[in-house]
Amino acid sequence: MAQAAEARKRGKNREEAFTKEQLLAAYRDMLLIRRFEEKAGQLYGMGLIGGFCHLYIGQEAVVVGVQSTLSQGDEIITSYRDHGHMLAAGMEARGVMAELTGRSGGYSHGKGGSMHMFSKEKNFFGGHGIVGAQVSLGAGLAFSNWYRGNDRVGVAYLGDGASNQGQVFESFNFAALHKLPCIFVIENNVYGMGTSIGRASASKDLSKNGVPWGIPGVQVDGMDIVAVKEAADIAVAHARAGNGPYILEMKTYRYRGHSMSDPAKYRTREEVQRMRTEHDPIEGARAKLLGLGADEGAFKAIDDDVKKIVQDAADFAQSSPEPDPAEVWTNILLEA
Amino acid sequence: MTQILMPALSPTMTEGKLSRWLKKVGDEIKSGDVIAEIETDKATMEVEAVDEGTLSKILVPEGTEGVAVNAPIAVIGEDTAAAAAPAAAAAPAAPEPPPLVVPVCPPGAPAAVAPAAVRAAEEKDWGPTKPLTVRVALRDAMAAEMRRDKDVFLMGEEVAEYQGAYKVSEGLLDEFGPRRIIDTPITEHGFTGIAVGAGMNGLRPIVEFMTFNFAMQAIDQIINSAAKTLYMSGGQMGCPIVFRGPNGAASRVGAQHSQCYASWYAHVPGLKVVAPWNAADSKGLLRAAIRDPNPVIFLENEILYGQTFDVPVDDEFILPLGKAKIERAGTDVTIVAFSIMVGVALKAAEALAGEGISAEVINLRTLRPLDTETIIASVKKTSRVVSVEEGWPFAGIGAEIAMQTIEHAFDYLDAPPVRVAGLDVPMPYAANLEKLTLPQPDWIVAAVKKLF
Repeated sequence: MAQAAEARKRGKNREEAFTKEQLLAAYRDMLLIRRFEEKAGQLYGMGLIGGFCHLYIGQEAVVVGVQSTLSQGDEIITSYRDHGHMLAAGMEARGVMAELTGRSGGYSHGKGGSMHMFSKEKNFFGGHGIVGAQVSLGAGLAFSNWYRGNDRVGVAYLGDGASNQGQVFESFNFAALHKLPCIFVIENNVYGMGTSIGRASASKDLSKNGVPWGIPGVQVDGMDIVAVKEAADIAVAHARAGNGPYILEMKTYRYRGHSMSDPAKYRTREEVQRMRTEHDPIEGARAKLLGLGADEGAFKAIDDDVKKIVQDAADFAQSSPEPDPAEVWTNILLEA
Repeated sequence: MTQILMPALSPTMTEGKLSRWLKKVGDEIKSGDVIAEIETDKATMEVEAVDEGTLSKILVPEGTEGVAVNAPIAVIGEDTAAAAAPAAAAAPAAPEPPPLVVPVCPPGAPAAVAPAAVRAAEEKDWGPTKPLTVRVALRDAMAAEMRRDKDVFLMGEEVAEYQGAYKVSEGLLDEFGPRRIIDTPITEHGFTGIAVGAGMNGLRPIVEFMTFNFAMQAIDQIINSAAKTLYMSGGQMGCPIVFRGPNGAASRVGAQHSQCYASWYAHVPGLKVVAPWNAADSKGLLRAAIRDPNPVIFLENEILYGQTFDVPVDDEFILPLGKAKIERAGTDVTIVAFSIMVGVALKAAEALAGEGISAEVINLRTLRPLDTETIIASVKKTSRVVSVEEGWPFAGIGAEIAMQTIEHAFDYLDAPPVRVAGLDVPMPYAANLEKLTLPQPDWIVAAVKKLF
């Protein structure tokens, strides 16, 4: 706790968490998520993506900032608002988009969909549709590191909507009891579907939700990539050193509805506009980069690169064939 | 020139009403601007622009109802003749609404139920035996597998220092230490999720539920996380895990502690469900369950824990999952049972023999995948079938056995299949009432006699 407070006090030197090159890379990763999600929204509108589709637009700094602190072998897991996490974990845009369109080239060969993708290679453990379930599973990933005695950490992302699930507190208790190397990242985007955090949670400072178990936590401006990185650095170091779990409450905001069919009548357009114009994480990173002397050419190159990746992913997601009908009977059980 | 298409704004929307335009021709549009309101089957939604430019043409006036998804509704950028043309060929037609009734058996599929398990190897003769209680057999199975594989561990309430609420894990803490024999707080939902997460990451957890009644707190993690991940991940990530503990009625513990979950779990693709009867079953099947790469529900029985049976002494003794055992051969009727009801069925068979009826008793051992081959072969021989379970009759295991025999041996049956099951009531506490609810040998005898 003291470390985090100390870090927050450091104020002016905060950009030190990133070199210019690292910040540029983070900017690029955030922009990729933004453009990918916009394209996903477009494909949904065209009827190419079905069912539920939860976009991450507005929250990009959280996952990009946290991922930038992790090392090879660390595990991550999240809920159903998961496209950004997959891209930040290094999964291919093509495979993610093709899963959204339910094609054989998708990460789950079309059998998982928007909410259920996994990558053993990138240590991405999904993609879970039951609110809060990924938190216990994430503690289990951390448990496996504890069991094996390695120095890896597990990161479980959850929303403010999940923060009061019983199993979340059960996991806090277990993780603290055994000092599991687990980071709980609460992405507080203010609304659990249509219910604001103020109407859903008696606890107003979610970073303190681990206090009964002695879990340190800190509230972070989740719209500021540098603040996210800085806080995550401390949390990850804490867990990796064997000091047990850590809670990061990322104060963030989603610009789009809960899912594609959300008319978002529970908040004003002005509120959304204000967050977009005054707190946009990508614009914020861009301003910082300009201050560090980045030139327009660099932004243009990133823009072009990202556009190309997203267009390629969209093309692939439409040209990749649907799964073979025989696939319906595969992957139910493994051969003993 | 970019066409704006009527968007799909809900999972079920095929058409909608364009209720209002918020932009007019000539307006500059930026990505994220709200350009129109559309009424879907669920709500009125704002449509945000994705593309940028000048709105050059509105193709669908406001107030228009029944606008199909993907129909062009406006044009951004230079207006050319093509603007009024129908949607680009690349845009697919609006998806057809799904049929109301899904066919039970998809074309080309072998059966309504997933393809039967690969036939397991025949049970071999394991040689000399010694008497063991079910409790010790289970403990020995876990210890043997933990010695064999360092990724196997046991977690649950009171499994370590207390030596097991029913002493099943007695001595394991001494041998394997607190990292592999882990006492949990009384938080089934949370620790089950943690175990499943560990399984997804390559460990091989054994989760002991003090009883399966408490696993209802955790059933979401068992089904949604453990059973479905392999499928949802396209085969990338599975979960080798065993959920074990006593299931069904104990004695005088009332409704919340006396329930059989066999049919609940047997319903779920992605799980294997095992229900041993004697000590040899317990040891051999638990070892196989721990080695199995899939989530396995292992339903024990508290009353059987203290009962003694002969168990092969061979260190390698193991039994295949998915294979039933004929405990007693017969020619006139097939009695299919599992867990503690195998013993009850054997008593009934003994009584029936005294009345000149030769009953064949099948111990299912595994409920999913069900060894229908053994059941059907027996029914084809005897022409009569009675199922026995202590759980409730409605949608129980007996219902499945009856249906399987009807599907696969209808022409061989001399009488309709009969179910013997626990009474369709919550378990009462009073000794006399409790006894009335659970199948007794004479219930089976009476059921069999009705078939002749």
